[in-house]
Amino acid sequence: MRFPTAKPASPATRALEVVPPSGPTAWLTTFTAGAMTFLCVFALALSLASGRLADRWSEALAKTATIRLSAPAEQVQIQTDAILATLATTPGIASYRVIDDAETTKLLEPWFGPGLPVEALPIPRLIEVVEADPPYDSEGLRQRLTAEAPGALLDDHTRWRRPLAEAASRIRLLGVLSIALIGAAMAAMITLAARAALATNAEEIRVLRLVGAKDSYIARAFVRRFTLRTLGGAAIGAAAGLLGVAALPAADAAGGFLTGLGFTGFAWLWPFALPPLAAIVAFLATRRAAFQKLRELT
Amino acid sequence: MITFENVAYSYGGGELLSDVSLKLAPGSFHFLTGPSGAGKSTFLKLAYAELRPTSGRVTLFDNDVTKLSRDDVARTRRRIGIVHQDCKFLDHMSLAANMALPFTVSDRESSPQDMEDLLGWVGLKHLADALPPQLSGGERQRAALARAVIVDPDVILADEPTGNVDWEMSLRILTLLVELNKMGKTILVATHDLNLIRQAKAQIQARVLRIAKHRVQLAGADL
Repeated sequence: MRFPTAKPASPATRALEVVPPSGPTAWLTTFTAGAMTFLCVFALALSLASGRLADRWSEALAKTATIRLSAPAEQVQIQTDAILATLATTPGIASYRVIDDAETTKLLEPWFGPGLPVEALPIPRLIEVVEADPPYDSEGLRQRLTAEAPGALLDDHTRWRRPLAEAASRIRLLGVLSIALIGAAMAAMITLAARAALATNAEEIRVLRLVGAKDSYIARAFVRRFTLRTLGGAAIGAAAGLLGVAALPAADAAGGFLTGLGFTGFAWLWPFALPPLAAIVAFLATRRAAFQKLRELT
Repeated sequence: MITFENVAYSYGGGELLSDVSLKLAPGSFHFLTGPSGAGKSTFLKLAYAELRPTSGRVTLFDNDVTKLSRDDVARTRRRIGIVHQDCKFLDHMSLAANMALPFTVSDRESSPQDMEDLLGWVGLKHLADALPPQLSGGERQRAALARAVIVDPDVILADEPTGNVDWEMSLRILTLLVELNKMGKTILVATHDLNLIRQAKAQIQARVLRIAKHRVQLAGADL
Protein backbone atom coordinates (compact mmCIF):
# COMPACT_ATOMS: atom_id res chain seq x y z
CA MET A 1 0.00 0.00 0.00
CA ARG A 2 1.32 3.41 -0.92
CA PHE A 3 0.76 6.47 1.22
CA PRO A 4 1.68 10.02 0.29
CA THR A 5 4.02 10.24 3.25
CA ALA A 6 6.03 7.33 1.91
CA LYS A 7 7.24 9.58 -0.92
CA PRO A 8 10.03 11.91 0.14
CA ALA A 9 8.49 14.91 -1.62
CA SER A 10 9.10 18.47 -0.54
CA PRO A 11 6.04 20.67 0.11
CA ALA A 12 6.86 22.63 -3.06
CA THR A 13 6.89 19.50 -5.21
CA ARG A 14 3.63 18.37 -3.71
CA ALA A 15 2.14 21.77 -4.45
CA LEU A 16 2.98 21.00 -8.08
CA GLU A 17 1.24 17.65 -7.87
CA VAL A 18 -2.13 18.96 -6.72
CA VAL A 19 -2.71 20.53 -10.14
CA PRO A 20 -3.43 17.89 -12.78
CA PRO A 21 -0.91 17.49 -15.62
CA SER A 22 -1.79 19.99 -18.32
CA GLY A 23 -1.78 17.78 -21.40
CA PRO A 24 -0.77 18.65 -24.95
CA THR A 25 -1.09 22.45 -24.69
CA ALA A 26 1.67 22.69 -22.11
CA TRP A 27 4.41 22.84 -24.72
CA LEU A 28 2.84 25.98 -26.24
CA THR A 29 4.14 28.07 -23.35
CA THR A 30 7.59 26.54 -23.77
CA PHE A 31 7.47 27.12 -27.51
CA THR A 32 6.34 30.75 -27.13
CA ALA A 33 9.05 31.47 -24.60
CA GLY A 34 11.63 29.84 -26.87
CA ALA A 35 10.56 31.74 -29.99
CA MET A 36 10.42 35.04 -28.13
CA THR A 37 13.85 34.58 -26.62
CA PHE A 38 15.27 33.59 -30.01
CA LEU A 39 13.95 36.84 -31.51
CA CYS A 40 15.20 38.72 -28.49
CA VAL A 41 18.76 37.51 -29.05
CA PHE A 42 18.74 39.04 -32.53
CA ALA A 43 17.17 42.28 -31.37
CA LEU A 44 19.88 42.41 -28.74
CA ALA A 45 22.64 41.72 -31.28
CA LEU A 46 21.25 44.38 -33.58
CA SER A 47 21.02 47.06 -30.94
CA LEU A 48 24.43 46.26 -29.48
CA ALA A 49 26.07 46.28 -32.93
CA SER A 50 24.45 49.53 -33.98
CA GLY A 51 25.32 50.94 -30.59
CA ARG A 52 28.96 50.15 -31.23
CA LEU A 53 28.74 51.60 -34.72
CA ALA A 54 27.09 54.77 -33.48
CA ASP A 55 29.70 55.18 -30.78
CA ARG A 56 32.55 54.63 -33.17
CA TRP A 57 31.23 57.09 -35.70
CA SER A 58 30.28 59.74 -33.19
CA GLU A 59 33.72 59.51 -31.67
CA ALA A 60 35.50 59.79 -34.98
CA LEU A 61 33.15 62.54 -36.01
CA ALA A 62 33.86 64.54 -32.90
CA LYS A 63 37.59 64.07 -32.74
CA THR A 64 39.34 64.20 -36.12
CA ALA A 65 39.45 66.23 -39.26
CA THR A 66 41.67 66.16 -42.34
CA ILE A 67 43.31 68.97 -44.20
CA ARG A 68 43.87 68.15 -47.84
CA LEU A 69 46.48 70.11 -49.73
CA SER A 70 46.54 70.13 -53.50
CA ALA A 71 49.21 72.39 -54.88
CA PRO A 72 51.84 72.49 -57.63
CA ALA A 73 54.90 70.40 -56.72
CA GLU A 74 57.15 73.35 -55.87
CA GLN A 75 54.46 74.88 -53.68
CA VAL A 76 53.68 71.77 -51.58
CA GLN A 77 56.41 72.13 -48.98
CA ILE A 78 55.91 75.92 -48.62
CA GLN A 79 52.18 75.60 -48.15
CA THR A 80 52.58 72.61 -45.80
CA ASP A 81 54.81 74.72 -43.57
CA ALA A 82 52.26 77.54 -43.70
CA ILE A 83 49.46 75.15 -42.68
CA LEU A 84 51.50 73.70 -39.83
CA ALA A 85 52.32 77.20 -38.63
CA THR A 86 48.64 78.11 -38.71
CA LEU A 87 47.67 74.96 -36.80
CA ALA A 88 50.34 75.62 -34.20
CA THR A 89 48.78 78.98 -33.38
CA THR A 90 45.14 77.83 -33.49
CA PRO A 91 43.55 77.18 -30.08
CA GLY A 92 41.44 74.02 -29.64
CA ILE A 93 43.74 71.59 -31.47
CA ALA A 94 45.14 68.66 -29.51
CA SER A 95 47.58 67.42 -32.13
CA TYR A 96 48.27 67.31 -35.83
CA ARG A 97 50.57 65.39 -38.09
CA VAL A 98 51.43 65.15 -41.71
CA ILE A 99 50.57 61.79 -43.21
CA ASP A 100 53.74 60.68 -45.01
CA ASP A 101 53.99 59.08 -48.42
CA ALA A 102 54.29 55.54 -47.09
CA GLU A 103 51.04 55.88 -45.16
CA THR A 104 49.31 57.53 -48.08
CA THR A 105 50.32 54.63 -50.30
CA LYS A 106 48.87 52.24 -47.77
CA LEU A 107 45.62 54.18 -47.63
CA LEU A 108 45.35 54.06 -51.40
CA GLU A 109 46.37 50.46 -51.78
CA PRO A 110 42.85 49.01 -51.48
CA TRP A 111 41.77 51.25 -54.36
CA PHE A 112 44.70 51.13 -56.75
CA GLY A 113 46.47 47.93 -55.76
CA PRO A 114 50.04 47.54 -54.47
CA GLY A 115 53.13 48.98 -56.17
CA LEU A 116 51.56 52.32 -56.93
CA PRO A 117 54.11 54.93 -57.94
CA VAL A 118 52.84 57.61 -55.59
CA GLU A 119 55.59 60.05 -56.58
CA ALA A 120 54.38 60.06 -60.15
CA LEU A 121 50.84 60.98 -59.24
CA PRO A 122 49.54 64.34 -58.09
CA ILE A 123 48.42 62.88 -54.76
CA PRO A 124 47.29 65.59 -52.34
CA ARG A 125 49.12 65.84 -49.08
CA LEU A 126 47.05 64.95 -46.02
CA ILE A 127 47.33 66.43 -42.55
CA GLU A 128 45.39 64.83 -39.73
CA VAL A 129 44.02 67.18 -37.08
CA VAL A 130 42.79 65.94 -33.70
CA GLU A 131 40.63 68.41 -31.90
CA ALA A 132 40.92 69.33 -28.24
CA ASP A 133 38.23 70.09 -25.70
CA PRO A 134 36.89 72.79 -26.19
CA PRO A 135 37.29 72.32 -29.95
CA TYR A 136 38.61 74.81 -32.51
CA ASP A 137 36.30 77.02 -34.50
CA SER A 138 36.22 75.21 -37.83
CA GLU A 139 34.90 78.16 -39.86
CA GLY A 140 37.66 80.44 -38.50
CA LEU A 141 40.34 77.82 -39.25
CA ARG A 142 38.98 77.37 -42.76
CA GLN A 143 39.29 81.11 -43.49
CA ARG A 144 42.80 81.38 -42.05
CA LEU A 145 43.90 78.37 -44.11
CA THR A 146 42.55 79.95 -47.29
CA ALA A 147 44.60 83.03 -46.55
CA GLU A 148 47.85 81.22 -45.66
CA ALA A 149 47.69 78.23 -48.02
CA PRO A 150 45.31 78.61 -50.97
CA GLY A 151 45.54 74.91 -51.85
CA ALA A 152 44.37 73.68 -48.41
CA LEU A 153 40.93 72.31 -47.77
CA LEU A 154 39.58 71.46 -44.31
CA ASP A 155 37.32 68.44 -44.20
CA ASP A 156 35.86 67.78 -40.77
CA HIS A 157 33.86 64.69 -41.94
CA THR A 158 30.66 66.10 -40.48
CA ARG A 159 28.58 66.04 -43.57
CA TRP A 160 28.72 62.36 -44.26
CA ARG A 161 29.26 60.90 -40.79
CA ARG A 162 26.49 62.62 -38.88
CA PRO A 163 23.52 61.07 -40.76
CA LEU A 164 25.12 57.64 -40.48
CA ALA A 165 25.63 58.03 -36.75
CA GLU A 166 22.06 59.21 -36.40
CA ALA A 167 20.77 56.23 -38.34
CA ALA A 168 22.83 53.91 -36.16
CA SER A 169 21.45 55.30 -32.93
CA ARG A 170 17.92 55.15 -34.36
CA ILE A 171 18.48 51.45 -35.10
CA ARG A 172 19.69 50.97 -31.55
CA LEU A 173 16.50 52.59 -30.25
CA LEU A 174 14.42 50.28 -32.45
CA GLY A 175 16.33 47.30 -31.07
CA VAL A 176 15.64 48.31 -27.49
CA LEU A 177 11.99 48.92 -28.34
CA SER A 178 11.77 45.47 -29.96
CA ILE A 179 13.19 43.84 -26.85
CA ALA A 180 10.64 45.65 -24.68
CA LEU A 181 7.80 44.63 -27.01
CA ILE A 182 8.96 41.01 -27.09
CA GLY A 183 9.02 40.97 -23.29
CA ALA A 184 5.54 42.50 -23.06
CA ALA A 185 4.14 40.10 -25.66
CA MET A 186 5.59 37.16 -23.76
CA ALA A 187 4.05 38.41 -20.51
CA ALA A 188 0.68 38.77 -22.26
CA MET A 189 0.81 35.27 -23.72
CA ILE A 190 1.84 33.69 -20.46
CA THR A 191 -0.96 35.55 -18.67
CA LEU A 192 -3.47 34.17 -21.18
CA ALA A 193 -2.08 30.67 -20.84
CA ALA A 194 -2.13 30.86 -17.05
CA ARG A 195 -5.69 32.17 -16.99
CA ALA A 196 -6.76 29.36 -19.30
CA ALA A 197 -5.05 26.81 -17.07
CA LEU A 198 -6.73 28.26 -13.99
CA ALA A 199 -10.13 28.19 -15.69
CA THR A 200 -9.61 24.58 -16.79
CA ASN A 201 -8.77 23.60 -13.23
CA ALA A 202 -11.54 25.57 -11.50
CA GLU A 203 -12.99 22.33 -10.09
CA GLU A 204 -9.68 21.27 -8.56
CA ILE A 205 -9.17 24.75 -7.14
CA ARG A 206 -12.59 24.56 -5.49
CA VAL A 207 -11.64 21.26 -3.87
CA LEU A 208 -8.38 22.75 -2.63
CA ARG A 209 -10.16 25.79 -1.17
CA LEU A 210 -12.68 23.48 0.51
CA VAL A 211 -9.98 21.57 2.35
CA GLY A 212 -8.39 24.79 3.53
CA ALA A 213 -5.75 25.71 0.93
CA LYS A 214 -4.67 29.33 0.92
CA ASP A 215 -4.55 31.27 -2.35
CA SER A 216 -0.77 31.43 -2.12
CA TYR A 217 -0.59 27.64 -1.97
CA ILE A 218 -2.74 27.18 -5.07
CA ALA A 219 -0.96 29.99 -6.93
CA ARG A 220 2.40 28.41 -6.12
CA ALA A 221 1.51 25.30 -8.08
CA PHE A 222 0.66 27.28 -11.21
CA VAL A 223 3.44 29.83 -10.86
CA ARG A 224 6.11 27.16 -10.49
CA ARG A 225 4.82 25.29 -13.47
CA PHE A 226 4.72 28.28 -15.82
CA THR A 227 8.00 29.71 -14.58
CA LEU A 228 9.84 26.44 -15.16
CA ARG A 229 8.26 25.97 -18.58
CA THR A 230 9.24 29.49 -19.62
CA LEU A 231 12.75 29.06 -18.27
CA GLY A 232 13.17 25.86 -20.28
CA GLY A 233 11.78 27.38 -23.47
CA ALA A 234 13.84 30.54 -23.09
CA ALA A 235 17.01 28.53 -22.51
CA ILE A 236 16.46 26.64 -25.76
CA GLY A 237 15.58 29.86 -27.60
CA ALA A 238 18.64 31.68 -26.28
CA ALA A 239 20.91 28.78 -27.21
CA ALA A 240 19.49 28.67 -30.73
CA GLY A 241 19.82 32.45 -31.05
CA LEU A 242 23.43 32.36 -29.87
CA LEU A 243 24.27 29.66 -32.39
CA GLY A 244 22.60 31.77 -35.08
CA VAL A 245 24.59 34.87 -34.17
CA ALA A 246 27.82 32.90 -33.86
CA ALA A 247 27.22 31.51 -37.35
CA LEU A 248 27.11 35.02 -38.87
CA PRO A 249 30.26 35.98 -40.81
CA ALA A 250 32.75 37.75 -38.58
CA ALA A 251 33.25 41.48 -38.86
CA ASP A 252 36.44 42.18 -40.81
CA ALA A 253 38.59 45.26 -40.47
CA ALA A 254 37.37 46.90 -43.66
CA GLY A 255 33.65 46.38 -43.12
CA GLY A 256 32.19 46.66 -39.65
CA PHE A 257 29.09 47.80 -41.39
CA LEU A 258 26.66 44.94 -41.86
CA THR A 259 29.02 42.19 -40.88
CA GLY A 260 29.46 43.79 -37.46
CA LEU A 261 26.15 42.25 -36.34
CA GLY A 262 26.95 40.10 -33.33
CA PHE A 263 28.42 40.25 -29.87
CA THR A 264 31.88 41.23 -28.76
CA GLY A 265 33.62 40.55 -25.47
CA PHE A 266 31.38 40.65 -22.43
CA ALA A 267 28.35 41.31 -24.61
CA TRP A 268 28.32 37.56 -25.25
CA LEU A 269 26.98 37.24 -21.70
CA TRP A 270 23.82 39.22 -22.48
CA PRO A 271 21.90 36.35 -24.12
CA PHE A 272 22.55 34.24 -21.03
CA ALA A 273 20.63 36.80 -18.99
CA LEU A 274 17.55 36.30 -21.16
CA PRO A 275 16.24 32.95 -19.78
CA PRO A 276 16.29 34.15 -16.14
CA LEU A 277 14.69 37.42 -17.26
CA ALA A 278 11.99 35.50 -19.15
CA ALA A 279 11.43 33.36 -16.05
CA ILE A 280 10.98 36.48 -13.92
CA VAL A 281 8.46 37.83 -16.44
CA ALA A 282 6.60 34.49 -16.35
CA PHE A 283 6.69 34.39 -12.56
CA LEU A 284 5.19 37.85 -12.20
CA ALA A 285 2.61 37.38 -14.97
CA THR A 286 1.38 34.01 -13.66
CA ARG A 287 1.28 35.19 -10.07
CA ARG A 288 -0.77 38.22 -10.99
CA ALA A 289 -3.14 36.14 -13.15
CA ALA A 290 -3.51 33.48 -10.45
CA PHE A 291 -4.40 35.83 -7.61
CA GLN A 292 -6.79 37.71 -9.87
CA LYS A 293 -8.55 34.51 -10.92
CA LEU A 294 -8.61 33.06 -7.40
CA ARG A 295 -10.40 36.10 -6.04
CA GLU A 296 -13.31 35.17 -8.32
CA LEU A 297 -13.71 31.87 -6.44
CA THR A 298 -14.59 31.51 -2.77
CA MET B 1 -18.76 26.97 17.58
CA ILE B 2 -21.04 28.25 14.85
CA THR B 3 -23.52 30.99 15.64
CA PHE B 4 -26.18 32.60 13.44
CA GLU B 5 -27.71 35.89 14.60
CA ASN B 6 -30.71 37.21 12.62
CA VAL B 7 -29.08 35.96 9.45
CA ALA B 8 -30.73 36.53 6.11
CA TYR B 9 -29.55 35.44 2.71
CA SER B 10 -31.03 36.40 -0.62
CA TYR B 11 -30.07 35.40 -4.16
CA GLY B 12 -30.70 38.25 -6.58
CA GLY B 13 -34.47 37.73 -6.47
CA GLY B 14 -36.14 37.09 -3.15
CA GLU B 15 -34.97 36.05 0.28
CA LEU B 16 -34.08 32.41 0.65
CA LEU B 17 -33.37 32.49 4.36
CA SER B 18 -34.44 35.16 6.79
CA ASP B 19 -34.15 35.84 10.47
CA VAL B 20 -32.16 32.74 11.28
CA SER B 21 -30.77 32.63 14.81
CA LEU B 22 -29.21 29.53 16.26
CA LYS B 23 -26.16 28.17 17.92
CA LEU B 24 -24.35 24.92 17.25
CA ALA B 25 -22.90 23.97 20.62
CA PRO B 26 -19.70 21.90 20.83
CA GLY B 27 -20.44 18.19 20.74
CA SER B 28 -24.00 18.57 19.45
CA PHE B 29 -25.56 16.54 16.65
CA HIS B 30 -28.00 18.37 14.39
CA PHE B 31 -30.00 17.34 11.39
CA LEU B 32 -31.14 19.98 8.95
CA THR B 33 -34.16 19.04 6.92
CA GLY B 34 -36.65 20.61 4.57
CA PRO B 35 -37.85 20.32 0.98
CA SER B 36 -35.47 20.57 -1.94
CA GLY B 37 -34.54 24.16 -2.73
CA ALA B 38 -35.52 25.33 0.75
CA GLY B 39 -31.98 26.47 1.41
CA LYS B 40 -30.27 23.57 3.18
CA SER B 41 -27.13 23.87 1.08
CA THR B 42 -27.17 27.64 1.41
CA PHE B 43 -27.36 27.29 5.17
CA LEU B 44 -24.34 24.99 5.14
CA LYS B 45 -22.42 27.29 2.81
CA LEU B 46 -23.02 30.12 5.25
CA ALA B 47 -21.63 27.87 7.96
CA TYR B 48 -18.32 27.31 6.17
CA ALA B 49 -17.93 30.81 4.76
CA GLU B 50 -18.56 29.88 1.14
CA LEU B 51 -21.33 32.47 1.25
CA ARG B 52 -21.61 35.57 3.40
CA PRO B 53 -24.94 36.61 4.90
CA THR B 54 -26.74 39.49 3.22
CA SER B 55 -27.73 40.69 6.67
CA GLY B 56 -27.20 39.55 10.24
CA ARG B 57 -24.10 37.91 11.61
CA VAL B 58 -22.50 34.49 11.22
CA THR B 59 -19.78 33.71 13.73
CA LEU B 60 -17.35 30.83 13.20
CA PHE B 61 -15.18 29.99 16.19
CA ASP B 62 -15.86 33.45 17.63
CA ASN B 63 -14.87 35.22 14.39
CA ASP B 64 -17.34 37.31 12.42
CA VAL B 65 -17.43 35.82 8.92
CA THR B 66 -17.65 39.18 7.19
CA LYS B 67 -14.33 40.17 8.73
CA LEU B 68 -12.42 37.10 7.59
CA SER B 69 -9.78 37.52 4.89
CA ARG B 70 -9.38 34.82 2.24
CA ASP B 71 -6.50 33.32 4.20
CA ASP B 72 -8.58 33.41 7.39
CA VAL B 73 -11.30 31.50 5.55
CA ALA B 74 -8.70 28.90 4.52
CA ARG B 75 -7.51 28.58 8.12
CA THR B 76 -11.09 28.34 9.42
CA ARG B 77 -11.86 25.55 6.97
CA ARG B 78 -9.04 23.49 8.41
CA ARG B 79 -11.21 23.25 11.53
CA ILE B 80 -14.35 22.29 9.61
CA GLY B 81 -14.75 19.01 7.79
CA ILE B 82 -17.07 19.27 4.80
CA VAL B 83 -18.80 16.40 3.01
CA HIS B 84 -20.92 16.99 -0.09
CA GLN B 85 -23.48 14.83 -1.80
CA ASP B 86 -21.41 14.84 -4.98
CA CYS B 87 -18.04 15.00 -3.33
CA LYS B 88 -15.22 16.23 -5.51
CA PHE B 89 -11.71 14.84 -5.52
CA LEU B 90 -8.54 15.50 -7.44
CA ASP B 91 -9.01 12.79 -10.03
CA HIS B 92 -5.35 12.48 -10.96
CA MET B 93 -4.26 11.61 -7.43
CA SER B 94 -4.72 8.36 -5.53
CA LEU B 95 -7.40 8.01 -2.88
CA ALA B 96 -4.75 8.06 -0.15
CA ALA B 97 -3.25 11.25 -1.56
CA ASN B 98 -6.70 12.80 -1.77
CA MET B 99 -7.42 11.94 1.84
CA ALA B 100 -4.13 13.50 2.88
CA LEU B 101 -4.94 16.67 0.93
CA PRO B 102 -5.99 18.77 3.94
CA PHE B 103 -2.55 18.02 5.38
CA THR B 104 -0.78 18.60 2.09
CA VAL B 105 -2.26 22.03 1.49
CA SER B 106 -1.30 23.23 4.95
CA ASP B 107 2.27 21.96 4.40
CA ARG B 108 1.93 19.37 7.14
CA GLU B 109 2.62 15.66 7.15
CA SER B 110 0.01 13.04 7.93
CA SER B 111 1.23 10.11 9.94
CA PRO B 112 1.08 6.85 7.94
CA GLN B 113 -0.42 5.12 10.98
CA ASP B 114 -3.30 7.62 11.21
CA MET B 115 -3.90 7.31 7.52
CA GLU B 116 -4.03 3.54 7.71
CA ASP B 117 -6.35 3.64 10.71
CA LEU B 118 -8.63 6.10 8.95
CA LEU B 119 -8.76 4.04 5.76
CA GLY B 120 -9.57 1.00 7.88
CA TRP B 121 -12.26 2.91 9.75
CA VAL B 122 -14.10 3.81 6.53
CA GLY B 123 -13.35 0.37 5.06
CA LEU B 124 -11.29 1.56 2.09
CA LYS B 125 -7.89 0.12 2.96
CA HIS B 126 -7.83 -2.00 -0.18
CA LEU B 127 -8.50 1.07 -2.36
CA ALA B 128 -5.72 3.35 -1.13
CA ASP B 129 -4.05 3.39 -4.53
CA ALA B 130 -7.25 3.66 -6.56
CA LEU B 131 -8.08 6.84 -8.44
CA PRO B 132 -11.32 8.59 -7.40
CA PRO B 133 -13.16 7.96 -10.72
CA GLN B 134 -12.77 4.21 -10.07
CA LEU B 135 -14.74 4.41 -6.80
CA SER B 136 -18.45 3.69 -6.34
CA GLY B 137 -20.84 6.27 -4.88
CA GLY B 138 -20.69 4.77 -1.40
CA GLU B 139 -16.92 4.54 -1.50
CA ARG B 140 -16.67 8.16 -2.58
CA GLN B 141 -18.89 9.26 0.29
CA ARG B 142 -16.81 7.39 2.83
CA ALA B 143 -13.62 8.71 1.27
CA ALA B 144 -15.00 12.24 1.52
CA LEU B 145 -15.84 11.66 5.15
CA ALA B 146 -12.35 10.35 5.80
CA ARG B 147 -10.85 13.39 4.07
CA ALA B 148 -13.09 15.66 6.14
CA VAL B 149 -11.96 14.22 9.46
CA ILE B 150 -8.29 13.60 8.78
CA VAL B 151 -7.14 16.92 10.24
CA ASP B 152 -9.25 16.31 13.34
CA PRO B 153 -11.71 19.16 12.80
CA ASP B 154 -14.02 20.49 15.50
CA VAL B 155 -17.07 20.57 13.27
CA ILE B 156 -18.30 18.29 10.49
CA LEU B 157 -20.82 19.62 7.99
CA ALA B 158 -22.42 17.07 5.70
CA ASP B 159 -24.70 18.00 2.82
CA GLU B 160 -26.90 15.03 1.87
CA PRO B 161 -24.09 12.56 2.58
CA THR B 162 -26.43 9.64 1.88
CA GLY B 163 -28.08 11.14 -1.20
CA ASN B 164 -26.38 8.87 -3.71
CA VAL B 165 -26.13 5.60 -1.80
CA ASP B 166 -28.41 2.73 -0.85
CA TRP B 167 -29.93 2.25 2.57
CA GLU B 168 -27.30 -0.13 3.81
CA MET B 169 -24.52 2.32 2.91
CA SER B 170 -26.55 5.17 4.45
CA LEU B 171 -26.59 3.33 7.74
CA ARG B 172 -22.88 2.73 7.50
CA ILE B 173 -22.19 6.43 6.95
CA LEU B 174 -24.56 7.34 9.77
CA THR B 175 -22.69 5.00 12.09
CA LEU B 176 -19.45 6.74 11.21
CA LEU B 177 -21.00 10.13 11.93
CA VAL B 178 -22.41 8.91 15.24
CA GLU B 179 -18.98 7.58 16.20
CA LEU B 180 -17.43 10.96 15.40
CA ASN B 181 -20.06 12.68 17.53
CA LYS B 182 -19.28 10.35 20.40
CA MET B 183 -15.65 11.45 20.06
CA GLY B 184 -16.81 14.98 20.74
CA LYS B 185 -17.21 16.41 17.23
CA THR B 186 -19.99 18.84 16.45
CA ILE B 187 -22.03 17.44 13.59
CA LEU B 188 -24.54 19.03 11.23
CA VAL B 189 -26.13 16.83 8.58
CA ALA B 190 -28.44 18.23 5.93
CA THR B 191 -30.77 15.51 4.69
CA HIS B 192 -34.32 14.95 3.50
CA ASP B 193 -34.18 11.31 4.51
CA LEU B 194 -36.48 11.08 7.54
CA ASN B 195 -35.73 7.40 8.02
CA LEU B 196 -32.12 8.27 8.51
CA ILE B 197 -33.05 10.82 11.18
CA ARG B 198 -35.24 8.27 12.98
CA GLN B 199 -32.42 5.78 12.86
CA ALA B 200 -30.01 8.30 14.33
CA LYS B 201 -32.37 9.33 17.10
CA ALA B 202 -32.42 5.74 18.27
CA GLN B 203 -28.66 5.90 18.76
CA ILE B 204 -27.93 9.38 20.02
CA GLN B 205 -29.43 12.62 21.11
CA ALA B 206 -29.91 14.44 17.81
CA ARG B 207 -31.81 17.64 17.29
CA VAL B 208 -33.66 18.38 14.10
CA LEU B 209 -33.75 21.77 12.42
CA ARG B 210 -36.38 22.28 9.77
CA ILE B 211 -36.37 24.95 7.09
CA ALA B 212 -39.86 26.19 6.32
CA LYS B 213 -41.03 29.54 5.01
CA HIS B 214 -37.45 30.85 4.82
CA ARG B 215 -36.90 30.20 8.51
CA VAL B 216 -34.98 27.57 10.41
CA GLN B 217 -36.91 26.15 13.31
CA LEU B 218 -36.27 23.46 15.86
CA ALA B 219 -38.60 20.60 14.99
CA GLY B 220 -40.65 18.84 17.65
CA ALA B 221 -39.39 15.74 19.35
CA ASP B 222 -41.60 13.48 17.28
CA LEU B 223 -41.14 12.81 13.64
